[in-house]
Amino acid sequence: MIVAERKPFEEIKAMVSGYKKVLTVGCGTCVAVCLAGGSKEVATLNAELELALGKDGISPGAATVERQCDMEFLAELDPLAEQYDAFISMACGAGIQFLAERFPDKPVFPAVNTSFIGVNLDVGWYEEKCRACGTCVLGTTGGICPVTMCAKSLFNGPCGGTNNGSCEINTDQPCAWYRIHERLSAQGRLEQIMEISPANDWSNQKPRKIIQPGYEERIKALQG
Amino acid sequence: MDMKSGSRLERVLKAGHFAFTGEVGPPRGANVEALKKKISYLKGCVDMANITDNQTAMVRMSSWAASLFCIQEGLEPNYQMVCRDRNRLAMQADILGAYSHGIRNILCLSGDHQMFGDHPQAKGVYDIDSMQLIQMVKQMRDEGKFQGGADIDEPPKLFIGAAANPFAEPFEWRVHRLAKKVRAGADFIQTQCVYNMDKIRQWIKRANDMGLTEQVYILPGITPMKSVGMANYMKNKVPGMDVPDEIIKRLKGVEKKKVADEGIKIACEQIEEFKEMKGVAGVHLMAIEWEHRVPEIAERAGMLPRPEV
Repeated sequence: MIVAERKPFEEIKAMVSGYKKVLTVGCGTCVAVCLAGGSKEVATLNAELELALGKDGISPGAATVERQCDMEFLAELDPLAEQYDAFISMACGAGIQFLAERFPDKPVFPAVNTSFIGVNLDVGWYEEKCRACGTCVLGTTGGICPVTMCAKSLFNGPCGGTNNGSCEINTDQPCAWYRIHERLSAQGRLEQIMEISPANDWSNQKPRKIIQPGYEERIKALQG
Repeated sequence: MDMKSGSRLERVLKAGHFAFTGEVGPPRGANVEALKKKISYLKGCVDMANITDNQTAMVRMSSWAASLFCIQEGLEPNYQMVCRDRNRLAMQADILGAYSHGIRNILCLSGDHQMFGDHPQAKGVYDIDSMQLIQMVKQMRDEGKFQGGADIDEPPKLFIGAAANPFAEPFEWRVHRLAKKVRAGADFIQTQCVYNMDKIRQWIKRANDMGLTEQVYILPGITPMKSVGMANYMKNKVPGMDVPDEIIKRLKGVEKKKVADEGIKIACEQIEEFKEMKGVAGVHLMAIEWEHRVPEIAERAGMLPRPEV
């Protein structure tokens, strides 16, 4: 899932001050699961806003849609939109932008910082696992991502800073390449990393689009 | 003799001499006089000197610029390049510039993580890693092609160095990683500072058994201990460093003002052993902020005079 963190209240307050009618929009998917931007967090933020800005006449509305990264769900907000001067989005960066695209004449303010693609270690505890680099090498690295889990994103590690299983940046951070070696060695697959891994394709830095096989014609028709 | 770069280091090694290399850290500013002073201590005592590249992620005078001062002063530089601070375009551009100004050795490194330095918020580039950098320099030199495949008009002929840490866990993997660097195109290897002689003997033996030492010149790293404090720091704080207790015991066993002398003595004993060790082609002396003692260390280690090649 996409993991996010609520922004500090002061930062949110500064963004919305001056707007009387504000709608706080939560997202019911990733950010709800990671306890950053679901309906509960919308209620908490609105309570804080009322406490801090109620005297200025601000009374925020609340709405949480299934997914802000889907126009179909954002359309549910259409009837509400005209009652508000501005939106606060508690979705990830993708949801925030899609909300802003749905209502281009209204300001949209982010209430979370989108942090990473990660996993649930326990309630409230998440770990980054994927950088969405677009050229997955997990098949040869024992299912451990060197781009994400190595602080230098090395493809031919470990570097000289590997420290008895830890990364040089912190003894609490495992060395990705130590673990890759350990896992492949246990599986008898060390030959996977004997070859030199070539320079990576970082062309993911330009905005990306994907059309799944079978949908090309439909998309062409939509684009007219 | 068929030369890849014709650097002094390459000539020394190919003539079969036991190479002796040093290290100079560029200044934290434009203090050219301080740099020239450091260079002067090493000149004539070593075959060439590594010029570090923003070592420990602290901003310093650029490695290529300090390398040029080194050439002007009559000491051959080994231009260090880390993957942390520049992408493949900048690297190749700097390599062309360095070569065209007379630089003939390069050392390809990953680089310490930026969080250790004085700009911890900097974006670490790591567009390519040290292995891929070695490959890139070799392709530029031997095929005359940029990493992207286009032809180079007058390819840079550099003697390609790489680093190795023979000690870090998993120990079993270290020699395989060395093999990868050799396959990538390394001509010479300088290792992490050696204190654990047992372990480096094992590592070199495995490199001999795998035939690697016939394909690459290995120069173990030597850093004399200046104090007991330094030894403890190296043992406990520097990742990947292996300092056996007997080294610390030995330093503690002499009176305080003789500790540095004992450190040099240990270093000289190591060098003596390396001179006789099959598969070792020289040593790399990293006398960190101790450049003024290099002539004395070189003398005591029996490394003087350096051969004319």
